[in-house]
Amino acid sequence: MFTFIARRVVSALGTLLLSSVLVFLAVQALPGDVATQVLGKDATPSAVAALREKLSLDQPAWERYTEWVKGAVHGDFGASLVSGKAVGGEVGQYLGNSLLIALVTVLFAVTGSLVLGIVAGLYRDRWPDHLISTASLVGMSVPEFVVATVLVLAFSVALPLFPAVVLYGPGATTGQLLPAVWLPAASLAIVMAAYIVRMARTSVIDVMASEYVTTARLKGLSSWRVVTRHALPSALLPTLHVIALNVAWLIGGVAVVENVFNYPGIGKLMLSSVQNRDLPVIQAIALISAVVYVLCNLAADLGAMALNPKLRTRGGRAR
Amino acid sequence: MSTAVIRTWRTVRSSRAATIGLAIVAVHVVVALLAPLLTSYAPTVGDSSLALLGPGADHWAGTDQYGRDVLTRVLYGGRYALGVSAAATLLTVALGTVLGCAAALRGGRLDDALMRVLDAVLSVPSILALLVIVTALGSGPWVIVLAIAVVYVPQVTRVVRGAALAVVPADYVTAARARGEGIWPILRREVLPNITDVVCVEFAMRASWVVLLISSLSFLGFGANPPTPDWGLMVAENRTAITVVPMAGLAPIIALATLVVGLNLAADGLSKAWGVDRIREGS
Repeated sequence: MFTFIARRVVSALGTLLLSSVLVFLAVQALPGDVATQVLGKDATPSAVAALREKLSLDQPAWERYTEWVKGAVHGDFGASLVSGKAVGGEVGQYLGNSLLIALVTVLFAVTGSLVLGIVAGLYRDRWPDHLISTASLVGMSVPEFVVATVLVLAFSVALPLFPAVVLYGPGATTGQLLPAVWLPAASLAIVMAAYIVRMARTSVIDVMASEYVTTARLKGLSSWRVVTRHALPSALLPTLHVIALNVAWLIGGVAVVENVFNYPGIGKLMLSSVQNRDLPVIQAIALISAVVYVLCNLAADLGAMALNPKLRTRGGRAR
Repeated sequence: MSTAVIRTWRTVRSSRAATIGLAIVAVHVVVALLAPLLTSYAPTVGDSSLALLGPGADHWAGTDQYGRDVLTRVLYGGRYALGVSAAATLLTVALGTVLGCAAALRGGRLDDALMRVLDAVLSVPSILALLVIVTALGSGPWVIVLAIAVVYVPQVTRVVRGAALAVVPADYVTAARARGEGIWPILRREVLPNITDVVCVEFAMRASWVVLLISSLSFLGFGANPPTPDWGLMVAENRTAITVVPMAGLAPIIALATLVVGLNLAADGLSKAWGVDRIREGS
């Protein structure tokens, strides 16, 4: 079991290292000299040269890469080219605001979609299933910005319950942001839930058809007990991976939704830093997203191991 | 070849979801192609004295803030969405199929290295990767096709590799290897025919995601350049006036949603008819 965990952690670290190289190379490929970009077209050559030296652009790429990784491990991502502030602190502030949305989204999407998916699976081919399956098909088929626009139309124009845009900057307190969290979170949760519902439904149907569930039924157990004790643990197993992938997807999904609501989160920072060619910020966001993705997958694998004894004893791979 | 086509046609006909889904997509294609015949307005020319009209006899879906006919722009908008999505999906699925089969057939070091690199690409959020590529290379349609391929090839490769791994140990592949056939003939004659179903389902499913991604990109202002008629761009433009002319914002939304519902129904129906586990493949 320990060799399995160790192997899984090492491969996660390898993936992270490789993605850091990719991120660095991709950002380097952005056209235009950063120093001229920052100082403007009328900058004197000596000023450009001085800035290049300050940003260590005069050093070879691999040296800058090792410097960057060394700093990143200690939480130092350099200084933003636009605001001049430390990237670590700035990204952290926006990330905290996004975390608020992500928390609410995951909470509602995961619990809600698991319940709906299980209900659909248990009532297979009857009206609750048809209703839930159709709703999830529609949920899969509309992009986040459409859900967000419709929600604004319904809950801040027709029924003025929630604000349509956020008027605060990144430094807003949780209390100020809280009323604005619900609509973005709902938009993301609807899109995210659609996938989890489908997965949960399929795995419940698979498990309910299995022989050990039939045995449990024949033993005379109540259907509530059959479902909660025998069917659910195995049905949750394949769903875990979908949930993990969706949580990792959130960090990209928020980019669109936060822009609809002008919410000061990581997605908005991502968009503005791409527009301003703020390379240190782009690199930091990409690296943090990669860490989130790798951690989510690691958590899903370890969770699968906790739910499925077979994976523990064989010490083999999850698949 | 013709028997394969007939067999595919029968499968499609046998599944109601696939038939409905493909019919919806076909209607979208026909409408996009025949757009100039269906409307007398031009998609990019407006009359500012007629701005922000509600739905009426002259303008069935109203006009936007520049006085352009919304319905016309929705009809023409399918051209950009369908054209770019079709090209991007074709490229993505083709590349992913070749890479996935090659990884499964060769195995060993190549397989390990390829999968590791693709994992690393997957760990970067697709929107961020798209934004960086589009900023680096400009927002022409071909750049977007390329960017989508970079973002989605890893996932297609994984799915195809999984399907091909089930075929590779088969005796007929071993026999072909023993005959001394090269990797390309084996791929084309032995492996590909046996994973066509997986590739087709993957194509339909991927197309629905590509349409969504392209519209999101346009919505954010990194995709189609104004005044190109594009659904994502139209939602972004008409959102500000949505309280005045709700129809101007709703029309592109309806067009976009029906197209993706059609693609999803087709993917669902095909996967059920062929017994491909679509939901699991998608994860």
